[in-house]
Amino acid sequence: MTQDMPTSEDPSADFPTLDREDEEQLLPQLVAHLREHRTRLRQDWAGRISEAHLLEAMTPQEMAAETTSVYDNYVEVLETGSVEALQHYARDLSERIIPRGVETHEVVGIVLLLRDVLARSLFEKYQRDFGLLNRVLDAYEPAANRIANTVAVSFVDERERVIRQQQDSIRELSTPVLPVRERLLILPIIGVLDTERARQLTEQLLGAIRTHRAKVVVIDITGAPDVDEAVANHLVRTVDASRLMGASVIITGLSPEIAQTLVTIGVDLSKMNTIGDLQGGLEEAERLLGYSVSRDDETGG
Amino acid sequence: MDAGPALVSILRQGDFLIASIHTALDDSQMVRFQHDLIDQVGQHRSRGVIIDVAALDVIDSFATSTLRNLAEMARLRGARTVIVGIQPDVAFAMVELGMDTGRVETALDLEEGLQRLAGGAGSPSARSRSAGA
Repeated sequence: MTQDMPTSEDPSADFPTLDREDEEQLLPQLVAHLREHRTRLRQDWAGRISEAHLLEAMTPQEMAAETTSVYDNYVEVLETGSVEALQHYARDLSERIIPRGVETHEVVGIVLLLRDVLARSLFEKYQRDFGLLNRVLDAYEPAANRIANTVAVSFVDERERVIRQQQDSIRELSTPVLPVRERLLILPIIGVLDTERARQLTEQLLGAIRTHRAKVVVIDITGAPDVDEAVANHLVRTVDASRLMGASVIITGLSPEIAQTLVTIGVDLSKMNTIGDLQGGLEEAERLLGYSVSRDDETGG
Repeated sequence: MDAGPALVSILRQGDFLIASIHTALDDSQMVRFQHDLIDQVGQHRSRGVIIDVAALDVIDSFATSTLRNLAEMARLRGARTVIVGIQPDVAFAMVELGMDTGRVETALDLEEGLQRLAGGAGSPSARSRSAGA
């Protein structure tokens, strides 16, 4: 038995060059190979990208520039084993291309294509020596996977950052409470009301009622595309809370669709004072406050 | 008994009583406040009562129902009740928790409450028309 062992290990004995030291040399060898054939491989890659109809939002010049730097970064990661620079680059790249409507699948797609192109070239180079090819791929694959992972994660991170930023700015814009006359506030609601926004809106409204000593508040929901049950109930609660603070609330701008929805889902709006449009709401508010507006005939006519 | 005046003050202002709650009351203090106030409504033959709760950070369900009962009792004895000074947070918490003040009138602050009582039949427009325009 013990004598048979060497024969079963024969295949590996055929490649005496592959000891530990050589394996450490593999990656540099590989990097050198990729550097050497840089132009051809990059063109291969660019060809594959356009075949797959990826990144069509970019001009050919931009494509050439970006593919070159992605390629160089890619090879550099293989060489140094550190993804930090690539992370930076991927984030910058994402920042540039996200506004142009590049999708996640495109970014992941081009990186996987590059991985494939390079792997094929390695196959070609080492195809005569399967043992060596295996070792090369063993060294190449984990690094390539890590690169694909890094790029995809950076892209998604960047995208999420952009989304967060936009959400923040929408939130800041979204709930102005406007004093129009003494003791009269207008609260125009623009855009979709979610729970978080509705809560914030109520908070701001109640605060403003106290600050401005408001007696009447007109909430205009012309700009709200849809009102669901949760939001309708929240509006009812806001009206109740305002009443506790001594202000009466008039809701205006209920579109026919919204009115229909509210009736269908059966939200109890009997306590709400609603008026068709903002103009009517303002007139009602002025009536409640005892204002009477009249046009001066000399300047008006 | 001696702790009472420090927690709540009940002042007479013409035909009205102004009751200010200075600090959070526990249930028994709340009940005593209710008694005192109703007593005084009869004593002074008041037409209106203002309860100022501006100092309260929390109004629980017991306090809400006590205030509601108080207003109803005062009405039976011929006085109209206005609750004033409910803080924004408190107002929303009350509504969230489904605590209803029923038909009790509310106003922003003491000044508003007095105007409302003085203005008569609960229509602010009548008064502010004469004052404003």
